[in-house]
Amino acid sequence: MTEAKKYPTPQGNPETQPFWDAAKDGKFLIMRCTTCGDAHFFPRSICPFCFSDKTEWEESSGEGEIYTYSHMRKSATGPYVIAYVTLKEGPSVQTNIVDCDPTTVKIGQKVKVVWKPTDGAPLPFFTPA
Amino acid sequence: MSIKGKAYIAGIYEHPTRHAPDKSVWQLHAEVAKGALEDAGLTNKDVDGLFIAGDANGGLWPMTDYLGLKPRHVDSTETGGCSYIIALGHAAQAIALGKCSVALITLAGKPRTSPPAPRAQGAEADFETAFGATTHNAYGMAAMRHMHDYGTTSEQLAWIKVAASHHAQYNPHAMLKDVVTVEDVLNSPMISDPLRRMDCCVVTDGGGALIVTTEEIAKSLKKPLVRLIGHGEAMKGPRGGKDLDLTYSAGVWSGPRAFEEAGVTPQDMKYASIYDSFTITVLMQLEDLGFCKKGEGGKFVSDGNLISGVGKLPFNTDGGGLCSNHPINRGGMTKILEAVRQLRGEAHPKLQVPNCDLAIAHGTGGLLGVRHAASTAILERV
Repeated sequence: MTEAKKYPTPQGNPETQPFWDAAKDGKFLIMRCTTCGDAHFFPRSICPFCFSDKTEWEESSGEGEIYTYSHMRKSATGPYVIAYVTLKEGPSVQTNIVDCDPTTVKIGQKVKVVWKPTDGAPLPFFTPA
Repeated sequence: MSIKGKAYIAGIYEHPTRHAPDKSVWQLHAEVAKGALEDAGLTNKDVDGLFIAGDANGGLWPMTDYLGLKPRHVDSTETGGCSYIIALGHAAQAIALGKCSVALITLAGKPRTSPPAPRAQGAEADFETAFGATTHNAYGMAAMRHMHDYGTTSEQLAWIKVAASHHAQYNPHAMLKDVVTVEDVLNSPMISDPLRRMDCCVVTDGGGALIVTTEEIAKSLKKPLVRLIGHGEAMKGPRGGKDLDLTYSAGVWSGPRAFEEAGVTPQDMKYASIYDSFTITVLMQLEDLGFCKKGEGGKFVSDGNLISGVGKLPFNTDGGGLCSNHPINRGGMTKILEAVRQLRGEAHPKLQVPNCDLAIAHGTGGLLGVRHAASTAILERV
């Protein structure tokens, strides 16, 4: 079962540590560039679109919809559903869809963030809203 | 400045093995290098350029030393399965500039004997590792969205495997020689939706090598003259997740660059080697390269259109990665090898394209649904 899976502990680095610190408080942070106005994920200090260094952390609603997915039927840790979720704020993020029947997952389905524990900061997964 | 017509493929070799527990990886590299040099009529003393990729354990130091080479130009660009198509372009650049005159490109490995070490990750590691992206599900995600946006069906994808199997029956070295039907593919077990087992390529030990050289040296040798006239390379990834679109590959950029340099169009191609890690890989690349419009790949590949002697675009007449060989999970090398066989007139007589004077070898490296590279080579028989 997905719930029983042991997930790797995020290592963090000076650039991304604020994300993991916020994750411990249940907040899903993305990065937004104040020069071009676009948000991106995973977070980088220099905007990947306009290369401005005027980037800021922003709390995401944690809500979005499934852009695409694939139900991996077998693996060493059991079946899982990998997906990209497009957040309300714009960026699409790679994740797993959890805590649901994998055969009911659909493109366009509304989902919300759900945190799963590791030995360090928790990791952002998504589940049907 | 262009590489058009500056470099010739004078030697080719595909290792006949598909399972090599009794050989070392370096030994396989040496065997394919020897095979390609003998095919060209050259020796290791003639090699002055070495091109390898991530499959060559330890990189350039041990490979140069082990093979007894003294190169004056080296390159270890690593872009997964299409590394060898990129290497072909880089070798042509080096030859055009006089940096080397006999370039050796090798590929070898044993994933069937033991799984290769995972690829080192980059800045994405903390944000993606836990989600378990693999080739199967990353290509699955691309296929799923392509089906959603364009109505592509599993039956259409199956036709790609059917065509490959029709070709593989004539290849004595192919891992899978049985001709399969659309129904066989649809009845094979689901691996990662919507891709079934028969949508996936084989896992094989083995390898292959190329000798790329100057016009002058190629003309002094005995093989039919095959030269590179256009080349392109490109990279694609989620790039911060903005406007994510997994329904096209980096081939939309590498393809036009190669065709423009060559001064030809997709419709001029008599034969196509198209990387077939999965059936969806072929379908998307055919669209991206301009063999049909975006979204019409499903229709294009159906009803045997990729079968030599039956359809309009004979592809992967060696049986491809889907049926014949996918050494060390990297299909770029064998794509070039079969294109050269077709241009030389050395393909299986049942599958040889008549008067095959223009061919394409195209590949993707990495994960189609995550980060990948693409490279396109346009080859001409002189």
